[in-house]
Amino acid sequence: MNLDFGNEYEDFRNEVKAFCEEFNGIHVTGSLYNYESVIDPNEKPKIEMNVKEWQKVLIDKGYHVRHIPKEYGGFGGELDIVKNVIITEEFSKSKIPTGVGGQGIDFLVPTLMEMGTEEQRQKYIRPALYLDDIWCQGYSEPNAGSDLASLQTKGELVGDEWIINGQKIWTSTAKYAQMMFCLVRTEPNAPKHQGISYLLIPMDTPGIEVRPLVDMTLDAGFNEVFFTDVRIPAENIVGKRGQGWLVANKTLVHERGSLGDPNKMIRRYDKLVNLMKSEILDGVRIIDKPVYRDRLMKIQGKILALKSHGLRLLSGRLNKGQDLNLATMIVKLYGTEMRYELESLAIDAMGEIGTLYENSPHLRDNGGWQYAYMYYLGLIIGGGTSQIQKNIISERGLGLPKEPKIQGV
Amino acid sequence: MYFGLSEEQQFFQESINKFLEDNVTVDALKAYRTGENKVLTKTVYNGLNELGLSSLIVPEAFGGLGLDSLFAISVSESLGKGVAPYPFIGSFLIAPFLIDQLGNESQKEKYLPGIATGENRFGVALSEITGRRIDSSIEYSKQRLNGSSLFVMDDIECTHYLIVDSDAGVHIIDASNVNLERVHLNTVDVTSFVSELIFNGIETEVLNNDSDNIEIVNQAIDLGRIALAANTLGAAQCMLDQSIEYAKERKQFGRQIGSFQAVKHMCAQMASDLEPCYSLVWYAAHAMDHIPGESHLMACQAKAHLSEVGASIAKTATEVHGGMGFTDDLGLHYWFKRIGLNRQLLGSPDLLREEAAKAQGI
Repeated sequence: MNLDFGNEYEDFRNEVKAFCEEFNGIHVTGSLYNYESVIDPNEKPKIEMNVKEWQKVLIDKGYHVRHIPKEYGGFGGELDIVKNVIITEEFSKSKIPTGVGGQGIDFLVPTLMEMGTEEQRQKYIRPALYLDDIWCQGYSEPNAGSDLASLQTKGELVGDEWIINGQKIWTSTAKYAQMMFCLVRTEPNAPKHQGISYLLIPMDTPGIEVRPLVDMTLDAGFNEVFFTDVRIPAENIVGKRGQGWLVANKTLVHERGSLGDPNKMIRRYDKLVNLMKSEILDGVRIIDKPVYRDRLMKIQGKILALKSHGLRLLSGRLNKGQDLNLATMIVKLYGTEMRYELESLAIDAMGEIGTLYENSPHLRDNGGWQYAYMYYLGLIIGGGTSQIQKNIISERGLGLPKEPKIQGV
Repeated sequence: MYFGLSEEQQFFQESINKFLEDNVTVDALKAYRTGENKVLTKTVYNGLNELGLSSLIVPEAFGGLGLDSLFAISVSESLGKGVAPYPFIGSFLIAPFLIDQLGNESQKEKYLPGIATGENRFGVALSEITGRRIDSSIEYSKQRLNGSSLFVMDDIECTHYLIVDSDAGVHIIDASNVNLERVHLNTVDVTSFVSELIFNGIETEVLNNDSDNIEIVNQAIDLGRIALAANTLGAAQCMLDQSIEYAKERKQFGRQIGSFQAVKHMCAQMASDLEPCYSLVWYAAHAMDHIPGESHLMACQAKAHLSEVGASIAKTATEVHGGMGFTDDLGLHYWFKRIGLNRQLLGSPDLLREEAAKAQGI
């Protein structure tokens, strides 16, 4: 056991610290992603910068997309997980926003790096990194949710064009997006997992209609996307025909791992502690009421477990020979269920106040707690439901037998 | 940076696991419980001491291995996995820790080498500091110990007892003292040994080296808590492993029951709850030696959390086994009961969460 990264990283940490000091109090505007507001809203920002400018500053310094080669617009550094951890840690300490990710940068770019052609990398990676192209993900369909591989949106190769017909759902950022990476059934006669291709679709192509989908938070964070005879060039395919499931699974693994970030959970927990100290019922702070304290401590126990688990997973990436297959699989299930438990306690701590919403008087934190309470229920479902996660854990992690297939399906 | 058990620690765990699989079988436990097997605890005691367990944390200067908390905690995990009827946490963790930290040189010389060889066997009485109740209390005045202590840990064939009074004074008495009464307590867990000690004006040897006693005693209790958490971790892992094996073998409705989602999801939930517990316990053990500012909170939370996860797995794993899980024949209940006892020793989870809250000013 050794929790030091070693002296060779101290210089790098100092460099990052100096940068954070320089940009202390920055307010980044124009982001599509409502990532946590990191500055006190009452405090006048010292520096204001548009999100695209900020993104460029970070990429130039090597504090974002560090290991993407220079020729594609990245920093061109070596893949160094420790440096990434140091950047995240120091930015988090100084409350400075990290670079913008999203579906293009987090999912499409790694996919192209691994499976894309040279032309595709040249064409798509740079605009994605600099936020000139916002990407959305076209996976789920109304009849293909947990059983994603049964998706039916159809792609036919006619001459040198794919003609696409069908519908996608749960497509976040589709209304702003310039591009979509999309799973389409191109081989209708092949077994379902082998009949899918991974296509890249410009969102301004005629025949695409985006309809906002209002969810239970009353936000339209998601969309439905309809395709009617949408024509795109034949070369807009990643991997070969029928390989789309394989290509997509590379990024799904990534998505599930990213949902259980312990640092975010710890910040949220600290906020909950403050809420419970400031809410006073019948003259007693909520945090001084034993039952609520106990619930809070239970959640802290789980967060400490997740935080330590994060160290174990990091260690597994830095050192060969630690078997972390099962340890990785449980993160999505554990992280989302726990986050929901945390948000639930916040609602109960406020009592009736917890039910207020939409600019009501007496609202706390702009309604953020009630919003999060619902939003994180959505995350239990999205990206593979808890039940699907349990199937994966039990079959691939614990080696339990698959459920017998029903004849003809 | 490396977070986890070292190869050496894992290798050591494997030797313990192997020894316990060979010697502490369900049949052996059953025969021990019914009195047919009278040598099991002796076999286990000698075998594990031969592997080095009695000398594990005793400093090298006193004939021990001088290993750290993480090493000790990884051993405790294995002992839980194999439901070892072996006095580890009291006799070979807390006792040598307190004697080393609070004893003067001649006291260390007198007791530690004998602990390392397994000749000195200490029962440990902590109920004045944690778990004091109307059934028991100790008074130490005019150099005499009076009263009684409950849930004395590791009271099996003891040569000595180590008793902590309400001022955190630490006393050693000889097990043969005529003014000492010893009452065995039957708990659900026949593989652990707890007792009540009654002191009738006993003159004691007081550990004395001018340290801040309460600080050290609290550290010893925290070390014990993490070791209990690790013991539960091992026991829960064994129950999960048995559940998975059973779910693959047992057939109903013409299928392995492990192919039903109802059963799969029980197993997946157990694994998901348990997997982060390894990291929690390791981190807590690491904090004991290297991050003193976090160790008390980590000890409370690790034991509280493992107690909850352990109880849930003990229940779920029994359910996965159906009616067989409820039988004495299968013997799953030995692990169930070990988890049940660990949960209450040195502070139940509810009490520990309150202690954790207070410790961080909440």
